Formats: sequence, C-alpha cells, structure tokens
Amino acid sequence: MFAYLLRRLLYAIPILIGVNLITFALFFIVNTPDDMARMQLGVKRVTPEAIEKWKTERSYDKPLFVNTRAAGFDALTDTIFFSRSARMFAGDFGRAEDGRDITREISMRMGPSLAVALPTFALGLFVTVSFALLLAFFRATAFDFWGVVLCVAMMSISGLFYIIGGQYLVSKLWRWVPISGFGGGLDAWKFLILPVMIGVISGIGSSTRWYRTIFLEEIGKDYVRTARAKGLSEAAVLFRHVLKNALIPILTGVVAVIPLLFLGSLLTESFFGIPGLGSYTIDAIRAQDFAIVRSMVFIGSVLYIVGLILTDISYTLVDPRIRFDR
Amino acid sequence: MSFLPVMLWSDALIWLLVLVALGLGWFSRRSPSLCRSWGRLGKNAVAMGAATVLCAFLLVGLLDSLHYRLRLPSAPGQQAEAIYSVEVLSVLDYLLKDLRDGHEKTYSAPFASRLYAKETLETPEGTVRDFPRLKYGGAHLKDESALMGDVMKRGLYGVFDALLVWMHAFIFLGIGVGINQRKNIHSLMDVWSSIKRKEILGRESRRAILRGETAIAWRGVLLALGGLLIVFLPLALLSGDYHVFGTDKVGQDVFYQILKSVRTALVIGLVTTLVTLPVAISLGILAGYFRGWVDDAIQYLYTTLSSIPGVLLIAASVLMMQVIIDTHPQWFSSAAERADLRLLALCFILGLTGWPSLCRLLRGETLKLRELEYIQAAQAFGVADLAILRRHILPNLMHIVIIALVMDFSGLVLAEAVLSYVGIGVDPTMISFGTMINSARMELSREPAVWWSLVSAFIFMFTLVLAANLLADAVRDAFDPRMG
Repeated sequence: MFAYLLRRLLYAIPILIGVNLITFALFFIVNTPDDMARMQLGVKRVTPEAIEKWKTERSYDKPLFVNTRAAGFDALTDTIFFSRSARMFAGDFGRAEDGRDITREISMRMGPSLAVALPTFALGLFVTVSFALLLAFFRATAFDFWGVVLCVAMMSISGLFYIIGGQYLVSKLWRWVPISGFGGGLDAWKFLILPVMIGVISGIGSSTRWYRTIFLEEIGKDYVRTARAKGLSEAAVLFRHVLKNALIPILTGVVAVIPLLFLGSLLTESFFGIPGLGSYTIDAIRAQDFAIVRSMVFIGSVLYIVGLILTDISYTLVDPRIRFDR
Repeated sequence: MSFLPVMLWSDALIWLLVLVALGLGWFSRRSPSLCRSWGRLGKNAVAMGAATVLCAFLLVGLLDSLHYRLRLPSAPGQQAEAIYSVEVLSVLDYLLKDLRDGHEKTYSAPFASRLYAKETLETPEGTVRDFPRLKYGGAHLKDESALMGDVMKRGLYGVFDALLVWMHAFIFLGIGVGINQRKNIHSLMDVWSSIKRKEILGRESRRAILRGETAIAWRGVLLALGGLLIVFLPLALLSGDYHVFGTDKVGQDVFYQILKSVRTALVIGLVTTLVTLPVAISLGILAGYFRGWVDDAIQYLYTTLSSIPGVLLIAASVLMMQVIIDTHPQWFSSAAERADLRLLALCFILGLTGWPSLCRLLRGETLKLRELEYIQAAQAFGVADLAILRRHILPNLMHIVIIALVMDFSGLVLAEAVLSYVGIGVDPTMISFGTMINSARMELSREPAVWWSLVSAFIFMFTLVLAANLLADAVRDAFDPRMG
C-alpha cells in the first residue's frame, strides 16, 4: 500500500511539470511579455518605455529559460521560467498584475468557497442518491419513467437559468433572502441557503440518472437474487445489500471531486457575490490578469491529482478485494 | 452578379461535417453491425422525434451557413469593377429580411404595439409623455384594440395551415411507406397502374404508422413535425407584422436573434467534436495498438491535459487567443471574419479539453481488439500494421465515434452559454445563446421586468439540448454493444 502510494506520488510529479510547461508555453511563448504589456497598458499609452517599465515592475524583463548574463547557478534561477513557473511547486505564486500577493488572496478566499461548495456537495449527494434509490425501488413503473424524464429535462437546462430563475423568484419576487452577498458568523446562512439550494437542484438531473444506472446494474447481480431467495423483503434487499455495494462505485467516483471543491464554482460565486476562488478566477479572467489564471491552473491540476490519489486509496478502503501490493 | 458568395471558415467546416455525416452513412451501409444499430435507432420513436427537431435546427443552421456579400450600386457613368458591401449576410438573413431590418428604438414586449419606455410625443392636443407606437410591431393596425383579435385570428389561421401541411405530410408518408412495403411496385408506372385499379395507396400503412408497426418509427417523426408546425407556422406568419418574442435593448427582434443563435450553437456543438476526431482517433489507436513507449507518451500527454480543470484550461487558452487577435488586427479583413475565426478558435480550444476522454475510450477499445484472434491472424499473415489499423481496427471503433459525436453535443451547447457569460466565449458581436443570456440577465431586475429575451433563449436552448440528450441516449443504447 505504502509503496503503491509512493509510486503514485512520484508519478504525479512529471504530470505537474507537464502542466507547468504547458501553462508557461501558453502564457510566455505564444504571447511574449511585450504583447501582454501592450494589452494591459491599453492602446493609448503604449510606448516602448512604458512597456519596458511595465515589464521591469513585474520582472518580466528577464530571459525565458537561461540568463546568460548571470553567473553560476543564477543563470537558471534568474529567469522568467524559474521566478514565475518553477516556484509554484513551492506554493509561491508571486504577485498578481495589480500587485497583490496571490498566495495570500487564495488562502483568504478558500473559506467562502468551501462554505458554499461543501454543503452543496454533501446535500446534493444525499438528495441524488436517495432519489436514485427511490427510482430503482420503483423501477419499470410509471414513477421511474417520469422520474427519468424529469432528470433528462433537468439536465437540459443551462446552469445559468437555474441561477437567474432562482434569484428572480426567491430573492426578487418573494424576497425571502438577500439577492447576493456574503457575511461571516451566524448570519451567513441567509446568504448561503439560496446558492446551496440552486447548486443542489441543478445537479439533480445528471447525477441521479448516473446513480440510478449503478443501482440497476447492482440489482441484476447474483447476490441480490440470493438475498431475495432467502425471502428478504424488497426494501431490505435494496437498503441493506444493494445500497452498500452500489456505494462503492458512487463513493470512489465522488472522492475524485472533493479536492476540487476548494476551487469553488465559477457561476454560483459570481452571481451571488461570494468572495471565493471561483469569483476570484472570473474577476481575473475579466481583468485579463494572467498571473492569477496561471496560478489557478496550477492549483487546479494539483487538486485534480490529489483527487485521483484519494480515489485509489478509497478503493482499497471500501473494497477489501482490491489490493495494491504489487 | 449582384452578390459575391463568401465562404467563412466555419461554413466550410459545417459543410465538411455534412459530408462526413454522409460518408459515415455510406460507410455504415457496408457494415452489417452498424446497419443493425441504425435500424435499432430507427425503431425508437423518441429518437426519431428528437432527430426531427434537431433536423429543423440543422436546417436553420445550414441556411445561415451560406454567406454572401451584396453588390453595392455603382456610381452612375462608372463602369469600374464591382464593389461589394463589407457586410456578410447569409441566406437566412435574406429570408428574414423583415425581421432583420425591423428595428425598434428599444425594448418592446412580445406582440406589443407600443414601446417599453415612455417618450415625449407631439399630438394635436399638445405634447404628452406616453408609450409611442412601434415602427413595425403591429403598425398595420389603425386601431390598437383590434390587436388581440388580429393576433388570435392570424394565429388560428396559422394553426389551421399547420394542420393542413401536416395532413399532407402524413398522407404522402403513408403512400411512400405503402409503396416501399409492397413488392409489386417498382416504378412510377406501377404506381399509376395501381391508382388506375382504384387501389387506395397507403391506407394500411397509415394505420401501421399510427400503431407504430413500421420499420422506422414514423410516429415519432410525425408527432415532432406536428409540434414544430403548430408552434412555428403561426409564429412565422405573425412575425411579419409583430415582434413575436419582443425586441431587445437596442430594438432588435428577439426571434431573429434566436434563429441566428442556432448556427453558433451548432458550430460549437458539432465542429468541436469534428476537429478533435482526427487527433483522438489517431492517437488513441496508436497508443492502444503499439503499446510500449508510444502508449506511455500518449497517455502522459492526455493525462497532463486532462488534469487541468476544463474551465481553467479553456480560460487560459481563450485569454491567450484574445491577446493574439488584439495584437494582430491586420489578419482579419472584416469584423465578421474576426468573429468567425474566434468562434473556430473556441471550437479548437474546447476540443483541446475534450479529446482526452475520447482518446482514452478509443485506446481501451483498441487494447481489447488487438488481442482478438482475427487481428492476431492478420498479424501472422504479415499484414502491415497500418493496414490492420485501417482495415480491422478503425471500422470496429466507429460506434464509439458516433456515440461521442452525439453525446458531446449537448454539453458543448451548454458550455458555450456559460463561457460567453464568463467572457471567454464567442465574440461579443456574434449572436449566440450565451451572449443573449449575458446581455439579458440584468433585465429581470427592471421594473416592470423584461423577461422575453431570457425566456425565449431558455425555451429554444432547452428544446435543442433536450432533443440532443434524448437522441444521444437512444444512440448510445442502439450502438453500444454492451446495452442489449
């Protein structure tokens, strides 16, 4: 187990280096820092001096990979690649184009992101698994049919409409909760309840259908027939045997997503004005702040890989048949 | 010539896609297993209905993909070479000329005859502040109180026309199916002789269609066709004199915008998969067939790409593309061309995030296939690797490609709306569902709320995506060998 984990961790390193190189290539080679400076300064103020000044302020004036003017070890470290990309491995993301410290911003914004994403995730999982179980219990009946129809219809609605419609109905028409904003402490629930509910509802369609197929697949297996042959009631079969076994693929599929919860949701956070990482990313995209986007890409892929490793661990924990002793 | 045909890049790709679809159909005719799959799909009434709806959308999109530039009237006495307008129009624009030119000043509600905002008006009794009459919407009416009646009357006529058209479609379909079923009819002469013999063509086949006993589920087609006709024929008839979905902030007809959005959605949904197919197929097959270091390299490539969360990779790529476009204005001769190339670039970027999953599927399937006896036999006979890939492996992956093409469509259409909202979607000047929603999302907070842009975008997008989802399910069921 330990050796396997170690191997997985080692395997993650070349992938992260690859991600780092891709983002570096995208942000510095496809477009030179001169292009970025022109973009940021706007058309009117572009003079060669202004571009140089902009680059010097953000230390984009260094060579890309090898600094021939510096001596010794500095030839490799005093470059854009090292100062901007390689240092991300140490958790140092440098400064945004507006001069703020990205690492600090990220650590501050993780809390609000999680405050929305975690309840949405937990409640959503509970609701969809229960709904899917209900559909599986009433399988091949009218209830099942219309439930699936409902799921397909809900899948076909863009997330934007859930948010816009929900905000309009609940906040504007009925005036139950504030339309957007975020507060700490006990009052936070007022701001959180609507985004969480909308997040749960918009996720029902696709997840329920997916879980339903898992349940149905499990119901067709031999041990279920054995359980029925013992004379167990359908409810007992479903809840005690099928649910337990079907939870293996569900949980392992879900574990991969958990680390990505830190990133928050782009749409929800920007619509509800929640100061999390999602709205941070959107603001950065709209302001064309490449440093932030670059950092988010790196963090996102780190979290993704963590999710993959967690998935592997959870396999061994939930399903004792799987061993990674090789 | 009074116009100059223009082929935008996305037009070329859309028509290429039509060719690919035809080629795929021709290819499927030779493969018995694919024929069987198409047959299963044809039996599914829901799928056929969804396909009918999608065909209607496709028709609008294809009409919108034939572009031209009008010739400008040359100055008198000047016989110089023809000058063409910079504005690129499509056949759809030509058909919707009234809608396109019927600009109001600002918002107006569906079927309204007056503007949304008050203005100072000069009347014989002096100046008053009131809602002015619209320039086009309901302008043919002298008396506004007749508006409701006029709309109802013409709407009913439209419904009546729709039913008439539908009945004809049904009757001809019945005759067609009837001719197809009977073995003794081979030419038009046979049809004529059977008419002379007073045989009623198509009565039994009409009954069979209604009972759903035909080889192709025409019932679904007819039902969807009926629905489309009943909704759209009256709307089309009314849209000449009214703004059936209202107008937006700058007074443009929303119905026109909706129809123009269809092409954008189709380009995003279909061209994206089309441009990823060559990469995904070739790399997937190579990785699965040759294994070893080729496999390792290709796996590394797609694992790395897929480990970046999709939205972020798209955001980074689109930002970079924007910089390139902004710093090289000399590359584009017109605004339409720039918007078009931006749309294509977006397709490529979406494809960049999409191909790993397809590649992984194809690799897995190839791994399975290469262990089968017939491939090993081919290898033992000394058939070249490339020939094996082309002749034995590629045809057996076609079902995965077809499933992927249909499955990805709805997700991509939905993604376009989200990306345009975030500001990394299509060019802001290009009409799409995303840009429509984006410009309309603050309108609900007006007093009274301006709901029509959003609601119509919602209805059309929902219809398109729902049809695509239903078809995708049926295609997966029909083509996936593991399903029944």
